[in-house]
Amino acid sequence: MPTEILMPALSPTMEEGTLAKWVKQVGDDVAAGDIIAEIETDKATMEVEAVDEGRLGKILVEAGSEGVKVNTPIALLLGEGEDEGDLEKAGSGSGGGGTKAADDADQKSSGKGSDSDGGGSAKPSRDEAVSDMSARRVPGEGKVHPEPKDVEGELAQEIPEGTEMVSITVREALRDAMAEELRRDDAVFVMGEEVAEYQGAYKITQGLLDEFGPRRVVDTPITEHGFAGLGVGAAFGGLRPIVEFMTFNFAMQAIDQIINSAAKTLYMAGGQMGCPIVFRGPNGAAARVAAQHSQDYAAWYSHVPGLKVVQPYTAADYKGLLKSAIRDPNPVIFLENEILYGQTFEIPKLDDWTVPIGKARIHRPGTDVTIVSFGIGMTYAVKAAEELAKEGIEAEVVDLRTIRPMDLDTVIRSVKKTNRCVTVEEGFPQCSVGGHIASEIMVRAFDYLDAPVLKVAGKDVPMPYAANLEKLALPSVKEVIDAVKAVTYRD
Amino acid sequence: MAAKSSRKSSSNATAGQESAKEIVKTLEHFDPPAPAKFGKDDEIRAYRDMLLIRRFEEKAGQLYGMGFIGGFCHLYIGQEAVVVGMQMAMKEGDQVITGYRDHGHMLATGMEARGVMAELTGRRSGYSKGKGGSMHMFSKEKKFFGGHGIVGAQVPIGTGLAFASQYNRTDAMSITYFGDGAANQGQVYESFNMASLWKLPVVYVIENNRYAMGTSVSRASAETDFSHRGLSFKIPGIQVDGMDVRAVKAAGDLAAKHCRSGEGPIILEMMTYRYRGHSMSDPAKYRSRDEVQKMRSESDPIEQVKKRLLGDHGMSEDDVKAIDKEVREIVADAADFAQNDPEPDPSELWTDVYADEIPQTAE
Ligand SMILES: Cc1ncc(C[n+]2csc(CCOP(=O)(O)OP(=O)(O)O)c2C)c(N)n1
Ligand SMILES: [Mg+2]
Repeated sequence: MPTEILMPALSPTMEEGTLAKWVKQVGDDVAAGDIIAEIETDKATMEVEAVDEGRLGKILVEAGSEGVKVNTPIALLLGEGEDEGDLEKAGSGSGGGGTKAADDADQKSSGKGSDSDGGGSAKPSRDEAVSDMSARRVPGEGKVHPEPKDVEGELAQEIPEGTEMVSITVREALRDAMAEELRRDDAVFVMGEEVAEYQGAYKITQGLLDEFGPRRVVDTPITEHGFAGLGVGAAFGGLRPIVEFMTFNFAMQAIDQIINSAAKTLYMAGGQMGCPIVFRGPNGAAARVAAQHSQDYAAWYSHVPGLKVVQPYTAADYKGLLKSAIRDPNPVIFLENEILYGQTFEIPKLDDWTVPIGKARIHRPGTDVTIVSFGIGMTYAVKAAEELAKEGIEAEVVDLRTIRPMDLDTVIRSVKKTNRCVTVEEGFPQCSVGGHIASEIMVRAFDYLDAPVLKVAGKDVPMPYAANLEKLALPSVKEVIDAVKAVTYRD
Repeated sequence: MAAKSSRKSSSNATAGQESAKEIVKTLEHFDPPAPAKFGKDDEIRAYRDMLLIRRFEEKAGQLYGMGFIGGFCHLYIGQEAVVVGMQMAMKEGDQVITGYRDHGHMLATGMEARGVMAELTGRRSGYSKGKGGSMHMFSKEKKFFGGHGIVGAQVPIGTGLAFASQYNRTDAMSITYFGDGAANQGQVYESFNMASLWKLPVVYVIENNRYAMGTSVSRASAETDFSHRGLSFKIPGIQVDGMDVRAVKAAGDLAAKHCRSGEGPIILEMMTYRYRGHSMSDPAKYRSRDEVQKMRSESDPIEQVKKRLLGDHGMSEDDVKAIDKEVREIVADAADFAQNDPEPDPSELWTDVYADEIPQTAE
């Protein structure tokens, strides 16, 4: 029977793509490894290589088709001794193909089960994991997250009235922030693995090499400890380095330079010279990349005097805080999140949008409980607050944005109003950011508390690879809701 | 791909006159040996073992495309001769350690295709019970020590395995694999120094496949001849045609002799090539299609053996096809198994964090 060639998933997060071009045509011989088609994903154009050898019998999805779901049969391959007559035997050889309806039908009949109702098929765990993950981990993915309008105080001060808002992804916000600062100050340069010619492993530095050239956008060898230290030296020498770690997991190779050299020099030099440098990159768990590649370093770095530690949630904060970090005279650890890179938020259209380091922000006002979170933790917090509102519990959601120096005043003010607090983060529970907040609330607002502070965190285990275990290891919206109900004595 | 036959001390070697000379002398002793002479059985074994890796990896790529495998998945296609040739030079008790492009290494050590594939799909019968995934797999039985996701981290660990062998007075050697990109990590040179100082039985196999993700060797390395990288530590090195399994085997034999006779570490730079992208989501714009096709058509390690099987060794197309069929069946069975094996029990989330019973802080 002819072999079905299926629309492949080419990245851990891909669910559909555009079939841009057929490189092989019907009747062409195909050897394993030949390029048969090109497909476009959200991140890149990729070539589809043949796995089996044979002859291309039939094209089921025409070039130019958009939104082709992963696992849809896109063509039929004739094996040795097969000819066109055998095409009829192929299970899903629906007529013509290429239209979206046909694709969907094909996908169902192929029974490979990437579709949402899942059926009783053979459990393709990745699809489950990823589709669930976007629903669970990044509630509201694909939507534009509006800037909350009904918030007074801090937020209102940041955005002048009547400012036009535009939609932008976190990825674009980061790139724009770096581009603007590179234009503004010749001392600023970007350095890291694959930042220049490859355009960034996660495409955050896309286009920067073209605009600023190799003097300002520097590809390094895989030598984190070396280039982090080199960055520190360059900062001592008067430059303002932005050091990208491909992910913060790899910054552990460099953590001595970050802590012993970058963080402590100002103090050890009696204030004569410090280290204006930004260490940035994706932090925390992505999807299914297991223990050595899934770790949240917020608590680690926030332990260290001399460092500033930032972990934003919205695109506006990513942009505004990165610009502030680059201008800051201190070493700043700027923790991003891969899952958030593709998310779209509204951001004020201003020539020079900056957000001050060290200020939390009330993301959602409320009266019954304070939920404190930051970075991707906010996705659980915001979703939980929405669900709780349906049950009549109004949560005030505080987005810390900066972990160090921590804006505890905003947290304490909120807790004095709500008398209850739940913290949310993806990192490990022991010596966590939430643990620190709980201890500070105990000291500064003990008499205001009507319940113990509860923390929702990642589980106290290394991140497992298996889809079901990974899901269990991460916090969930339900855990946040349960914690809120516990501190408000509801069930 | 031809390995260099003459070798001079690198001009920027910092060692004094005397020792530089000594190094040259040592190095001359380590010109690449002639390819090993393979009998028919050797050729069949090499063909079968390389083909198993090739087909396994193709299947893994397919399962990734279907969503059965998640996260990062780095395929070894093109580099098969390196691990298979080295394996043929090893003996029972030798240890193996590598990075994240590790499926081929595991299959070469004799780990079961089913267990490796089930780990790739994150199922309970995987080598790490589904908890490690593609980059983190181990087999105590086969002396395979991982499977490491952090570039370069396996190099000091592999050196430590050799330390343990020396300490225990066994004659095992540690085969420590790493890439051309990893070769720039500082800990590699810290390891070289200790290994040479203490004459540890470790073979550093640098798999130079010309790229580290999207960066070619020349864009990342001041000294692009990795067999020279041990010079200032007095570690001899050989550049080997890593697409010819016989050349790898001969170099492996020589390295084994060197290590087991107490002479200390040695570097084998394997000149090889990866056909696929760095991982599944690599658009591979940093090299031309022609470059890849040229390697495939002119230097493929499996085709080289196949040609000899059909030529010198007088096997028929049908004989070879029978091996192909056997290999395909193993891979199909592994894939089937890996798709149907259940996910780990949820209770496994909490096991194996500590070697003894320690109460968890779970709420
Ligand atoms: C410390 C560290 N830095 C960066 C990475 C990301 N990374 C994974 S593989 C890789 C390229 C390594 O190339 P090479 O050593 O040549 O091995 P190959 O992939 O070619 O087998 C990079 C940069 C990592 N995993 N660990
Ligand atoms: Mg490489």
